[in-house]
Amino acid sequence: MADAKVIPFDDDRSREGAAQRPSRRRGGAGSRRPGAQPAAVGEVQPLPGVASAREDGPVSREEGPPRAPLPQPADDGPGGLERRVASGLAFLRRRLTGDYEVDDFGYDEELTDQVLMSLLRPVYEKYFRVEVKGIENIPAEGGALIVANHSGTLPLDGLMMQVAVHDHHPAGRHLRLLAADLVFVLPVVNELARKLGHTLACAEDAERLLGQGELVGVMPEGFKGIGKPFGERYKLQRFGRGGFVSTALRQGVPIVPCSIVGAEEIYPMIGNAKTLARLLGFPYFPLTPTFPWLGPLGVIPLPTKWTIQFGEAIPTDGYPPEAAEDPMLMFNLTDQVREQIQHTLYKLLVQRRSVFF
Amino acid sequence: MLVTGVARQLGGRFVRRIQRDPEVDRVVAVDAVPPEHHLGGADFVQADIRQPTIARVLAESGADTVVHLDVTGTPFGSGSRATLKETNVIGTMQLLGACQKSPNVKRLVVKSSTNVYGSAPRDPAVFTETTPPKSLPSGGFAKDTVEVEGYVRGFARRRPDVAVCVLRFANILGPAADSPLAAYFSLPVLPTVFGYDPRLQFVHEDDVIEVLRIGSHEPRRGTLNSGTFNIAGDGVLLLSQCSRRLGRPTVPLLLPAVTWAGSLVRTLGMTDFSPEQIRLLTHGRVVATDQMRETLGFTPKYTTAETFGDFVRSRGPGLLPPEALARAIDRIAALPLPGSGHPPTQSAN
Repeated sequence: MADAKVIPFDDDRSREGAAQRPSRRRGGAGSRRPGAQPAAVGEVQPLPGVASAREDGPVSREEGPPRAPLPQPADDGPGGLERRVASGLAFLRRRLTGDYEVDDFGYDEELTDQVLMSLLRPVYEKYFRVEVKGIENIPAEGGALIVANHSGTLPLDGLMMQVAVHDHHPAGRHLRLLAADLVFVLPVVNELARKLGHTLACAEDAERLLGQGELVGVMPEGFKGIGKPFGERYKLQRFGRGGFVSTALRQGVPIVPCSIVGAEEIYPMIGNAKTLARLLGFPYFPLTPTFPWLGPLGVIPLPTKWTIQFGEAIPTDGYPPEAAEDPMLMFNLTDQVREQIQHTLYKLLVQRRSVFF
Repeated sequence: MLVTGVARQLGGRFVRRIQRDPEVDRVVAVDAVPPEHHLGGADFVQADIRQPTIARVLAESGADTVVHLDVTGTPFGSGSRATLKETNVIGTMQLLGACQKSPNVKRLVVKSSTNVYGSAPRDPAVFTETTPPKSLPSGGFAKDTVEVEGYVRGFARRRPDVAVCVLRFANILGPAADSPLAAYFSLPVLPTVFGYDPRLQFVHEDDVIEVLRIGSHEPRRGTLNSGTFNIAGDGVLLLSQCSRRLGRPTVPLLLPAVTWAGSLVRTLGMTDFSPEQIRLLTHGRVVATDQMRETLGFTPKYTTAETFGDFVRSRGPGLLPPEALARAIDRIAALPLPGSGHPPTQSAN
């Protein structure tokens, strides 16, 4: 994107609009899922003045059938607590005796659903107040490759995207993210990543997952995107070598472009201590207004308001099998995906009233 | 049929089993030391496969099938690592040389290991037979297997008339397993690497015998038994799951400490806690078994979890038997609890 559009950042003029905005509350006391109030997510109002400019599909509504009853139904009737305690103990028992299953990639569905998602959900709902649009663009079944922009110094955008798909998709799909090799080198991080269902960003793993009909998320910008300086925010970097397109072509799965707005500002990276980064073996060492000056406090991200928009899926099953080897087609498709994401990013930025609201 | 490495449990079991097959007329069992277990009606020949005598043994036996099981990770008896390496590598070279000169040999089965893939964080999560390892094993048994497979490939090129079957076994477990991993799981407290929870795959001894039989007979209709195959049970167990099922608590140590402790233990000669063992217990290893199912036509009887269950039953209960923990939780569940519930997050790890 060479054309320099002027994007109104930190636009506080429309603050007054924020007051009338209904705060998105999902789930009542203790409830994990808004199955009872199906329209809650859809209550995001079309913004005044831009409503007509929208063409990327309506705001997602969880109108699909409510998901299968969960092991811990949060009914508040008599005996609800008892049942919760009982299922909690059953969970504890399964965990302590090792009586649970993980898949070949180390994905621990039970732990993810019951524990890790519950830990991420408050960040998702209360801290970043993520608004999800176009979730219906993700197919209800079969493999699909979600391609998103990457930003924010720490890969929180991937995690939030995972929560978004997990909590909002009517078919209750799980997103399997492809992560950089650095993730699998670091202790603790690699363990959690594997249990959350992430795997190494390589063609073999991606194809295996897509072949199993999984939903795979990839951020082809990689470190170039996540570690770019604050001044270049929302400018998409090069999309690697376009390997994700040939992977999708080989498996014949649709590509779903995804634009994430809000992650760029959580850690505004104003500098990069390259020597220190090289010393530690990291691709970059961020200097933000708070990190490392405030020590551990500097690790707290800024509470920006996020929007995650899933765009219309780009089908790849119409191509002949040898198309995956065609570099021209690959570049074209890569550019198409890239431009769709960039375009949606700009549109979302124009609609955004403020970074924080 | 000529079988090497019969002094070990696995070789002995295989020799006893294979004689019951009608296709097999005579089994010549070879090892450098006489076996302690009986070999059924097989003829035992005491020969060191590192010596050229193996060529004479092979020529005299007139065997048409050679099953090479003497590729192992643990020294036999009081043998040292150096002797083991010689048996693995030089022994294989001698044996292959003998096979090349023998016009009778029509079939060669080699026991290898999924160790050839190494174990690194930059590897794909699941290895197929064609995945090149990102970091070649630098030493120990893993390097032996890489070298052995290299010689076997060379042999297959020079003798295209011989059907060569290389079986890459995942960690072999079972009631009688004597692998380094079995020794590790027998420790009262399992040292683990802090911050890593490796994925492990096991294959049961019974399945090993079965697949060796498939490899050493004529292929059944619609299958092919020459080539390289990963052999592993279905599914994956995490090390943390293994320790909980065993009832043996873990002690997470920092990686440098584990490496140091490993070398200390090795120096003291307690167990073979080798560097590649530590790598396996850090990063884990999972292989794809599609080739085994589709081409070789073999479906293992035991999954990874069942194999481990069988292994657990053969060992005594650990310090924290899972049954006892389950009973304790059941007792808590039976208590009338007014309001003080356990949130499920308490057992995050």
